[in-house]
Amino acid sequence: MKSVIRGAGYVLAHTPDMVIHNGTTQTTERIVNPASEYLTELPSHIRTFEQAVAYWPNQVYIGNRTPDELAAVPQPWCDKVCDCTDRYGRFGQIMPQNEFLLLMQVCDVFDLVKLDSAFVAANREAFAANPLVDETITARLQEGLDAGEIARLVDEEGAEGLYHLGTLVGCVKRAHDIDANLSAHVMHENLVSKASSVLALLNVVHCTGIDKNDVEYVIDCAEEACGDINQRGGGNFAKSAAEIAGLNSASGSDCRAFCAAPAHAIIDAAALVASGAYRTVVVTAGGCTAKLGMNGKDHVKKGLPIMEDMIAGFAVVLTADDGVNPYINLQMLGRHSVGTGSAPQAVITSLVTDPLDRNGLKITDVDKYSPEMQNPDITKPAGAGDVPMANYKMIGALAVKRGELQRAELADFTVRHGLTGWAPTQGHIPSGVPYIGFAREDMLSGKLRRVMIIGKGSLFLGRLTNLFDGVSFMIEANEGAKEAAPAAVDEKQIRGMIAEAMRNFADTLAAQAGE
Amino acid sequence: MDLENQKRVKEFTEQYGPENVVVLLGAAEGEAAGLAAETVTNGDPTYAGPLAGVSLGLRVYHVCEPEVKAEFDEAIYDEQISMMEMVLDVDDIISEMSAIREDFCAFKD
Repeated sequence: MKSVIRGAGYVLAHTPDMVIHNGTTQTTERIVNPASEYLTELPSHIRTFEQAVAYWPNQVYIGNRTPDELAAVPQPWCDKVCDCTDRYGRFGQIMPQNEFLLLMQVCDVFDLVKLDSAFVAANREAFAANPLVDETITARLQEGLDAGEIARLVDEEGAEGLYHLGTLVGCVKRAHDIDANLSAHVMHENLVSKASSVLALLNVVHCTGIDKNDVEYVIDCAEEACGDINQRGGGNFAKSAAEIAGLNSASGSDCRAFCAAPAHAIIDAAALVASGAYRTVVVTAGGCTAKLGMNGKDHVKKGLPIMEDMIAGFAVVLTADDGVNPYINLQMLGRHSVGTGSAPQAVITSLVTDPLDRNGLKITDVDKYSPEMQNPDITKPAGAGDVPMANYKMIGALAVKRGELQRAELADFTVRHGLTGWAPTQGHIPSGVPYIGFAREDMLSGKLRRVMIIGKGSLFLGRLTNLFDGVSFMIEANEGAKEAAPAAVDEKQIRGMIAEAMRNFADTLAAQAGE
Repeated sequence: MDLENQKRVKEFTEQYGPENVVVLLGAAEGEAAGLAAETVTNGDPTYAGPLAGVSLGLRVYHVCEPEVKAEFDEAIYDEQISMMEMVLDVDDIISEMSAIREDFCAFKD
């Protein structure tokens, strides 16, 4: 059985105060150099919600604009206003911080998130007006505490403050007095990840119109770990988010592989559906507070706004073959194995050309590649270059080495088979998956035939191995209609049979009339 | 440069002596290569890591520079590096690296 992509959804939450209070570039600086010029300058580089909504790459992420339209806009993009400023798009939405803080409280089941009652009262209506928020969600919203009690929890009990536009409006309490795995900092990080995953799940149900009860399994592929002193990464983000999102028939588990996890998780999900183990599997991920303002020093130094102010999430729904939606070809998986080595050439060979060679295809037979789709507007000023473009150049260069492309065609290859990056630099978020929504649509319309999604991960960050990692998979247009082609012959036969039956019927009638 | 890598470079230099250490970079951009080279010669320009204010003056090269390429087995270089060589702006990298070595490397050989 094939597993098809029933739909994909993408969400963003604008969290400017978390940039200042929770991004690790900022928290580290506060420890190492508390009086730094950077920390003084930072607040004046923070974007408003309206500016974040009007940012071109964000409008592409939620599906209001396409990667091709973005590519036509000259860089940099941070000084331009997108011609669409709708917070809602066909793939998802951009949630403002005030709503997101309420969502965090809704997602807390251990009485850890406390909001200022005045803040709750002021924002309850806006939260309830969100099309993804139904009465099961609003029923979980608490009245809140008075501001003095919130301040006391932060000052005396080690709670992590929740701020909105510079004001303390709530906190996340520690979940244990001495267990560092349940500290207020870790609980804050995990609850943000959970809340953005819940938003992604609610959104993908809304976008695809699937019945919540059809979802049998959820795989979370974010980069956080939840557990206590005895099982630091025990899990399970997936099931905890599914609970709040009301996916009552679902079980779930977490898949962890750094930035490569989304690609690993989608292969897992596709295999589960294809094997018949589950009929509908959702792959989901929330975002990461640590990476907020990660390249902030470079952005501030260059007089740019802080563009890493978005908590991102996504969810992809995989279901059994419907003969229409594009499917994941499990015969065409790429994997970076233990023995592959870490040279870029070896990596690209294992992820791109090995699966193509096994299936008798050339690099140019794939219409589009979606590797690490980081927004270059963010990475270029930080000296990390244009990450998607670097990937396309590598794939193209390999095609030249293999004699599948002329060297002079290299630049054209990066345009024809590549995309301009638009995803926030939230680690796992840019990892190939942001394109699935567009790819699905372009395959349904017949514009594309074959798309490769590539996930890569830097395992050395965990200090357990120096190995690199990555997997890739191919999405192909569903030939369901073509496979039904033999039916055209059958149709002829059927017409013949009907004609014969009609003749017999007429004969019978004639015979009866003659009697 | 990653703080952990700065620490390791510092430790190796203390262990083997700066004259016996060569740092080989594989950065994809001239600017990034230059920053890493500056870190192991003049010190961490971001003042964030163990090499902040520490001038090791080490020999540092990018793997695509001709001096380093000449040291490789040609077949291995073709298998491991040639694809990237085609992709990178090698001239820009050479120019960045040469300037850093000229300014900050303690060994003028």
